[in-house]
Amino acid sequence: MTNENHTTNINFMGQRHMALALSAVLIFASFAGLWMKGLNFGIDFTGGTLIELSYPDPVELPELRTQLANSGFGKAVVQHFGSAEDVLIRIAPQDGLNSAQLSNQVMDALAEATEDEITLRRVEFVGPQVGDELTEDGALAVLYALFGVLIYVALRFEWRFSIGSVAALVHDVILTIGVFAWTGMQFDLTVLAAILAVIGYSLNDTIVVFDRVRENFRTMREGTPVEVTNVAVNQMLSRTIMTSLTTLVVLLALFFLGGEIIHGFATALIIGVVVGTYSSTYVASAVALLLGVSKEDLMKAPKEEENTEAEEAELQRLFLEQEAKREAREAKREAKKGGQKIAQSELESKSEEDKEASLLAEHSSAVEKKSHVKKKQTKKRTKK
Amino acid sequence: MFQTQQKIITNKYPAWKYLLLVVVTVIGITYALPNLFGEDPAVQISPAKSVTFDLETQNQVAEVLEMAGIPVKSSVFEEGRFLIRFEGTEDQLKAKSVLKEALGRKAVVALNLAPSTPDFLRGLGAAPMYLGLDLRGGVHFLMDVDMDVAVSKAYLRYVDEIKSVLRENKVRYLAVEMEGDTLAVKFKDIPTMQAGLAVLTETYSDRFSLKPVEETATPQVRLRLSDQTIAETQKFALQQNITTLRNRVNELAVAEPVIQQQGDRRIVVQLPGIQDTARAKEILGATATLEFRLVEERGDAYRAEKTGYAPHGSIVYQFRDGRPILLKRGVIVDGENVVSASSGIDPEQGSAMVNVTLDGAGGRKMLATTKKNVGNRMAVVFIERRVDTVMENGEKVKKRVTTKDVINAAVIRGQFGDRFQITGLDSPQEAQDLALLLRAGALAAPMEIVEERTVGPSLGQDNINQGFMSVIVGFILVLIMMAWRYKYFGMVANVALGLNLVIIVAVLSMLQATLTLPGIAGIVLTVGMAVDANVLIFERIREELRIKGTSIQKAIHSGYEKAFVTIADANITTLLAAIVLFSFGTGPIKGFAITLSIGILTSMFTAIVGTRAIINLMYGNKRVEKLSI
Repeated sequence: MTNENHTTNINFMGQRHMALALSAVLIFASFAGLWMKGLNFGIDFTGGTLIELSYPDPVELPELRTQLANSGFGKAVVQHFGSAEDVLIRIAPQDGLNSAQLSNQVMDALAEATEDEITLRRVEFVGPQVGDELTEDGALAVLYALFGVLIYVALRFEWRFSIGSVAALVHDVILTIGVFAWTGMQFDLTVLAAILAVIGYSLNDTIVVFDRVRENFRTMREGTPVEVTNVAVNQMLSRTIMTSLTTLVVLLALFFLGGEIIHGFATALIIGVVVGTYSSTYVASAVALLLGVSKEDLMKAPKEEENTEAEEAELQRLFLEQEAKREAREAKREAKKGGQKIAQSELESKSEEDKEASLLAEHSSAVEKKSHVKKKQTKKRTKK
Repeated sequence: MFQTQQKIITNKYPAWKYLLLVVVTVIGITYALPNLFGEDPAVQISPAKSVTFDLETQNQVAEVLEMAGIPVKSSVFEEGRFLIRFEGTEDQLKAKSVLKEALGRKAVVALNLAPSTPDFLRGLGAAPMYLGLDLRGGVHFLMDVDMDVAVSKAYLRYVDEIKSVLRENKVRYLAVEMEGDTLAVKFKDIPTMQAGLAVLTETYSDRFSLKPVEETATPQVRLRLSDQTIAETQKFALQQNITTLRNRVNELAVAEPVIQQQGDRRIVVQLPGIQDTARAKEILGATATLEFRLVEERGDAYRAEKTGYAPHGSIVYQFRDGRPILLKRGVIVDGENVVSASSGIDPEQGSAMVNVTLDGAGGRKMLATTKKNVGNRMAVVFIERRVDTVMENGEKVKKRVTTKDVINAAVIRGQFGDRFQITGLDSPQEAQDLALLLRAGALAAPMEIVEERTVGPSLGQDNINQGFMSVIVGFILVLIMMAWRYKYFGMVANVALGLNLVIIVAVLSMLQATLTLPGIAGIVLTVGMAVDANVLIFERIREELRIKGTSIQKAIHSGYEKAFVTIADANITTLLAAIVLFSFGTGPIKGFAITLSIGILTSMFTAIVGTRAIINLMYGNKRVEKLSI
């Protein structure tokens, strides 16, 4: 894997224009696939009937097709499912035949034609109106997920990052769908679920990189945005590879062992994870850079400086401790000297300070703490 | 200005965090444990409508099984039904057939797989995960109730009533007809129309909006049901259909059927473990109606049942519990005449009763009959017609089956017409059931199966095996990778991953959320992604170690600290996607979203708190020369 002792230094961002061009080409190819071949929608979306049967011995498909045609199901699509014994029959919704009884008729027709014992493995019937609803819900789900991400990232980071991450997600979704279009694999509800999971996963990846970019903008004194981003990508490289690999490994287990039904789901996720890993580096960061993200944007953002937070908190604690002691000493001395009046006024000024502090707290705890410290310093100076 | 002071980080965890971890682990293991025990083949006996089991039934059941020589593993009586476990499927099947024969129609005898959770776990409320239909096999139907028909039938029911109201008030009308989505009451001229409007407004303004139309050749009043009434009608139609379905599902002898409303007009029916889906569809698609008949008081119903000869002009019927009763041949009114039925309390006697309203034609017939039969009994017969496929001489034969049950027989206290009460019912529950049945037998809105998902039992078992296999293999592969890449730290992460899996299973078991195949896929994906948190932390610790002058303890500390924000951000966004999935998903997608969400939350806990606790134990407060990472 990566070198154990020092972080890699590969110029990822240097090739970002190339990468963006490649992504553009791939997106174009995906659209071409969608336009030329279209998606092979499963019955979840088109409506219709799907019957999975199991024969004791391998069966010849042409034979089955004739049997079905003889019974008036000439338009049925028949294919093997996983093995030569298992058969999948798909029947499109037909006018006047939109009935759940269809599967019974098909079963009867096939049972008559053979001596063998046919086992019914699965029947799925989706009425056309339900199919339409599922399509609508599915499209809405993808849209809402993207929208939710857009808002969350904009709040947590900055709008350029937000656009970058959503661009990466759209990129991933389009490419995954594109592969399904070109290969003609069936696109059903589980594939849709997988695509939404891809959104979740790819986003996870993107956020991790962005998080580091943001951190580096704050800690690195020098360097152009491109350099800073590049360092972040390099720092996260071994993590990105490791996580992608563990995820891919379990997905491969699912693909090979999970059974035929889960195949489409596993395939979509595998494509998504590969594409998502690529896009979080090249598309998300590259788009953010293209939009001109800069150090100042992030410095302005009301965010704590994570890197130094621990140290700062530590210093601040020490400072407060010392000051509390000093103040206690002073208060004691003054109480001896001037009685209670001064102590009173000091209490007032303190409560005022609290008010201000709570106002500042709206921004962020660290900023507040810092300003708190500063204020105390200035206050003390004026006192003196 | 400040004294810079290197604080010594010792990496000690407070005792309460360890306690929390131990408690979570113990609870997790306890509630995940029931999943390790298998299932016993069992027979479940539940009472049919309006029957309750007592000690006698219990003795009868025990006796029947003993007579047949079937060994019983255990037998419990819970929530009004019996659950009898057997050693093997053979005993179970035998027991089912003898019990069905012995108990007849007063009980539903169903095959079931009862989890063999040990008593001490069951005492804690622990139970195995609830497997979805795709794993245990069964049928899922989504039925759509035709609400347009329901509403137009509601209009039609008023036609007769409006006519009689106008007649009673001596207003002459030409016709009462459905026109579009309104009811048009037509009159000869405008003055009559005005009179009619006054009468109708007085009677119906609470249910209808009325609009006079004067311009047309025939002046008319148009009545439109108020939105509220329409909503009520639709709710009613749905409820009615659910009741009907429930009664029919009882016939199917399914151990744990689910019949639920979904949205405004849909009903979900889930029948786990059913083998013959064709029969299920036939039974669910049956039509029901009812008849009011007079009881034949002369003659002995029991003898008639035995001999097969009923007295002249009468037929033998049975109550739901099997008692025979003789009814007269002539039908007074049938289900089509029933407008509504609702349960209530009889103000005079304080007992439960049912208010029945008939339409005009039904009311007239009822009046004519009751006039002559005060003091006699009148029975309500519930009739279901369906096509059933039965095996006859090894061949499948389609048969029309009609079941007729007497659901109530009550004395006619005085003459009545379109509105009457059935009183003297034993309990409010009985009154409610009767009212529901009366409505169910009345005109129900037609429904249609719009979605069906059937999974055969063999596929269900395959799905379980494959799902289980992929979780195990995926899990082991991740364990190997982590141990290889992060050495001791990787092993710690592996312990956390194992704990994570246990907690996911425990939470799913506790929530009794339905585990589906996509749900298993969600668990697999979680296993892959859960280590991400640890990967982030460990990579960060490595990075910190590379910085010169950083102590090992400090590296561990800041590795966890700095990775935390990233982990939180990343997981929240994934959770966001999972929530969207959950709220938009149906069936399979929901199952996936549930396990994914649970997995994200539990993995945050185990990967951060869990690993830190162990690592602190290993390295905390010690002099460490080199980390195994």
